[in-house]
Amino acid sequence: MKVGIVQFPGTNCEYDTQYAFEKLGASTQILWHRETEIPDDIELVVIAGGFSYGDYLRSGAIASKAPIMKAVKAHAEAGKKVLGICNGFQVLTETHLLPGALKRNEHLHFISKHHHLKVVSNSNDFLSKFEKGDVVNIPIAHHDGNFFIDDEGLKEMYANEQVLLHYCDQNGEISNPNGSVDSIAGICNKEKNVFGLMPHPERAMEEVLGSADGVKMLEGLM
Amino acid sequence: MTAIINISLKNGVLDSQGKAVHHALGSLHFDNVEDVRVGRQIVMKLNSKDTASAKEEVTNMCEELLANTVIEDYEIEIIA
Repeated sequence: MKVGIVQFPGTNCEYDTQYAFEKLGASTQILWHRETEIPDDIELVVIAGGFSYGDYLRSGAIASKAPIMKAVKAHAEAGKKVLGICNGFQVLTETHLLPGALKRNEHLHFISKHHHLKVVSNSNDFLSKFEKGDVVNIPIAHHDGNFFIDDEGLKEMYANEQVLLHYCDQNGEISNPNGSVDSIAGICNKEKNVFGLMPHPERAMEEVLGSADGVKMLEGLM
Repeated sequence: MTAIINISLKNGVLDSQGKAVHHALGSLHFDNVEDVRVGRQIVMKLNSKDTASAKEEVTNMCEELLANTVIEDYEIEIIA
């Protein structure tokens, strides 16, 4: 399997992401933001974490208009898989490939720590290797991870099993670090081929890093 | 021609920055403040031929890039 990893000026997780997928046996290619096409052999496009274009206007806003994003849209619309991690999640909401928006964390702090997540839905490739209710330990590192969607949009997302992950404590009880609506940490689109989450599974690939729970997550996409 | 664009979070969307500023003003004993909203102002110079076309152009910019209409409102003022 071949994974394309999008690199904007300011992306800083592209090599961690590359390491993670190569560890799982994928071949990878870094895709520069000015590219206008995704090579045909790439099955999964990952928009890695970081601070695309400095996030100067809003997180992910300028990146969402980069030339490569037209190609990413076409890739998604053809039914192929896209994963956005952290800044990548912000880019995907700004592109409207995913619903909602990401606001500044409620307490305005940059949060960088390990956090637990609860699997809400497993009717998708990304979390297919988990049971509903499973608790995983995946690091978070963000300033704008406060997911927002209006009540009607939220209802629709639950009805379509688009809500994938809730922030929780180690016992699976809701524990919301950033003010996200319903403590949401990750979602997908209706068609279940575009995924976005604020936590960093690529930073949880080895026990020596504090957790290897990212392995099972990324494996689901392979 | 100058366009002044004010972008702020929609009513009903919690404005954490506004809340923090409100709290800080309270701790400085500015007790008369009922609510604070923090937004972003963008000022741009344009070569438009009239205010109507400037307004239309800036509206498109707001819809496409400058504001995130999922959570933000924008107001445009054109100064000839």
